[in-house]
Amino acid sequence: MSTQILMPALSPTMERGKIAKWHVKEGDSVKSGDILADIETDKATMEFEAVDEGRIGKILQPAGAEGIAVNAPIAVLLEEGEGKDDIAAAMQSIKDALSAEIKPAAAAPKKESVAATPAAAPQAQQAARENGARVFASPLAKRIAGQSGIDIAALTGSGPRGRIVKADVEAAVKSGVRPQAASAPGGATASGVGVTPIPDARLFYSKDEYDEIAHDSMRKSIAKRLTSAKTLIPHYYLTIDCDIGELMAARTRLNARAPKGEGAYKLSVNDFIVKAAALSLMKVPEVNASWTETAMLRHHHADIGVAVALEEGLITPIVFRAEEKGLVEISNEIRTLSERARAKQLKPQEFEGGGFAISNLGMFGIKNFTAVINPPQAAIMAVGVGEERAVIRDGKVVPATMMTVTMSCDHRVIDGATGARFLQAFKGYVEEPASMLL
Amino acid sequence: MSETFDVIVIGGGPGGYVCAIRAAQLGLKTAVVERERIGGICLNWGCIPTKALLRSSEIWHLMHRLKEFGFSADNLRTDFGAVIARSRAVSERLSNGVQGLMKKNKITVIDGEAKLTGKGAIAVSKDGKSTDYTAKHIVLATGARARTMPHLQPDGDRIWTYREALVPKSFPKSVLVIGSGAIGIEFASFYRTLGAELTVVEVLDRILPAEDEEVSAFMLKALGKQGMTIKISTTVEALEKNGEGITATLKTKDGKTETVTAERAILAVGIVGNVENLGLEALGVKIDKTHVVVNQWGETGVPGLWAIGDLVGPPWLAHKAMHEGVIVAERIAGVKGVHPLDTSKVPGCTYCWPQVASIGFTEAKAKATGRAIKVGKFPFVGNGKAIALGDVEGFIKTIFDAKTGELLGAHMVGAEVTELIQGYAIARTLEATEAELAATVFPHPTLSEMMHEAVLAADGRALHI
Repeated sequence: MSTQILMPALSPTMERGKIAKWHVKEGDSVKSGDILADIETDKATMEFEAVDEGRIGKILQPAGAEGIAVNAPIAVLLEEGEGKDDIAAAMQSIKDALSAEIKPAAAAPKKESVAATPAAAPQAQQAARENGARVFASPLAKRIAGQSGIDIAALTGSGPRGRIVKADVEAAVKSGVRPQAASAPGGATASGVGVTPIPDARLFYSKDEYDEIAHDSMRKSIAKRLTSAKTLIPHYYLTIDCDIGELMAARTRLNARAPKGEGAYKLSVNDFIVKAAALSLMKVPEVNASWTETAMLRHHHADIGVAVALEEGLITPIVFRAEEKGLVEISNEIRTLSERARAKQLKPQEFEGGGFAISNLGMFGIKNFTAVINPPQAAIMAVGVGEERAVIRDGKVVPATMMTVTMSCDHRVIDGATGARFLQAFKGYVEEPASMLL
Repeated sequence: MSETFDVIVIGGGPGGYVCAIRAAQLGLKTAVVERERIGGICLNWGCIPTKALLRSSEIWHLMHRLKEFGFSADNLRTDFGAVIARSRAVSERLSNGVQGLMKKNKITVIDGEAKLTGKGAIAVSKDGKSTDYTAKHIVLATGARARTMPHLQPDGDRIWTYREALVPKSFPKSVLVIGSGAIGIEFASFYRTLGAELTVVEVLDRILPAEDEEVSAFMLKALGKQGMTIKISTTVEALEKNGEGITATLKTKDGKTETVTAERAILAVGIVGNVENLGLEALGVKIDKTHVVVNQWGETGVPGLWAIGDLVGPPWLAHKAMHEGVIVAERIAGVKGVHPLDTSKVPGCTYCWPQVASIGFTEAKAKATGRAIKVGKFPFVGNGKAIALGDVEGFIKTIFDAKTGELLGAHMVGAEVTELIQGYAIARTLEATEAELAATVFPHPTLSEMMHEAVLAADGRALHI
């Protein structure tokens, strides 16, 4: 039996991928573990290995093909001895599958089309709507939906370009699903208390007054993830000032002792902050957690994401088990991760997940800012510049090197006092770095 | 080794050549096999040459109304040979045009008659020579021909099918048309307008039986007024040649018989699919009453063998065949998002005088679905442009679902309605409701304003009546 090689899901959030390069061609024999192709997602390029052995019968998606949905067939793998006819048979089954995919309305009471786990294509469309985009539906479909109490925005369109047509609404009515209630956890129902979509910005400017830069997949991913994070997570913010005079001095001393050549290091303020945050997470484990609808996930280790600015966006690679690592190890790891992030070489498991994140804009002179939580994490710390400020100590104005940090907390996970205890611990570590040794 | 293609289309009619063009556009190596002339019946013996003839008859009709428009002329004469010659020239020009399209799209045109010799294999015979070809996909588009019956056999001389009716050697003084579908009525209209004594026989109780009842009734009256004799609920028992013409024995529903004589008879009692000598049986292709059985995608059930157009069944319309051709080509190429053809969105046109055009459900069929409907009607006589044209005969009728506002059907009789019906086809395809149609601005003064009024009328709010 020939098998279809499908677009792999290289990370939990991957929806679509691009075939950057094929390492095999039609007719090549492959065995398990051979590299078939380089797959590019919005964040990284990864090698895709063969699982089975056989011969590449047909490549369905050429190198350079973009936006291929996860689990869409990209090639046909033949067993030894199979030939042309088997390709034809495989192609036919692929075509049948595709036609089934594009005509969900015909597939009887297809409940998943209105539930939370649709196929890749519908997902993209759903996502567009989360951003307040226009719902494309025929006038007739809209009217029938209104009359039947169906929330049209929750449906998947089978018409041209995913337009919702009469058949889609009728299928939803038939299936007995009333997505109106299901899709409105926040109470925003068709009663009119909904979110007003933001009008297209082009409406406000004449065409010769701007350039239009199409979104790449990273931009889309940022927009989508941050919009849902900022909309769905109840953020609140805690700000604290830290005197980092001791930290700066320790840093200077340690860097001065750095060996040349092998074992060289150069610690940054941020390396200290990552270490301090890691230890604080150990001290206040309630912060090192993730929200789920049924339970809190309290993490065992301090896996800390460090935001890295890229030319085309940003990414947050993770320093795993930071509580177990020394400053030099953390420092070197962050440097390597940043370099690989800029080269788009990160694997998804290196930037997805984590329990906490740090975003540092100090190098730009930013004094204080707030960051958007990157789920599944429950908190992110925004770090400002370390600078000389006049502070009052024992009734006297004295100079001190101060740094302001603001932590964004997911209130479902971290209550105010818990967050405050964490920052207190953090402040303790950075103001007296030696205490990190305790 | 036989020449191999990605797609071979058998039959170069509108379904076949369009399928080939689309396949070629999608990068498939494509060939078309045609035993006669590329363009098929439509271009050579159907839609196109009849339209050329009807144009001539229209002009003749207007020439008899010159006074009304402020002109006079005498000694009006017909050169019937020139009328036919023009019709042939029009066909010739379009057939050459399609040949050009084949060339432009690098489609191989194979001259001859094809027969399937196995899965993905055909033999094309021409002048006693046979050549083998193979293809990953074969699309059958062999079309249809006039239906005959044991007692209704064309002889090519006095008893005609559409084919002879298109190229008569001389103008017949009297014609008997058997069958009142679109083809029968178009020929009846043409020959009547040019002055032939005309009788139409229809077995059912109304003419243009596929149309809305109101349209049939209107046309019965209109054609009667033009001097046509129309016998409904009547069968032709026998058709014989006698002397210079034919004699038909007719029998009415209540058992009365009568005879009608005419110079010529035209058989227009339907069509049958060209399923013979294709090698279909050997491959196990299912055939139901001369039509190849296919699924919604044109698949015959034999892998790689597809069928489209008249061959697979009604509606027997070139534009339906073309659309199916595109669908099949796209399915073969694996294009995503292809939708099956919804025949309730295929408009139908009859080019008689006045013209008839329609889409979707008739009123009776809409009612039969059990839903509440609302019907709007607007007559040509209420339209400024129609009056200016001097064509006040006709009406436009719309049928909506009373609850959802879906445009279930639209029916039109009158001047140029065949050019108007596309507006309602777009509305149906885009699923517009009466609200969007009512909100659409139609230009004044045009016949299309009646389309707007007929929509408004469904809600009792037509403005000009």
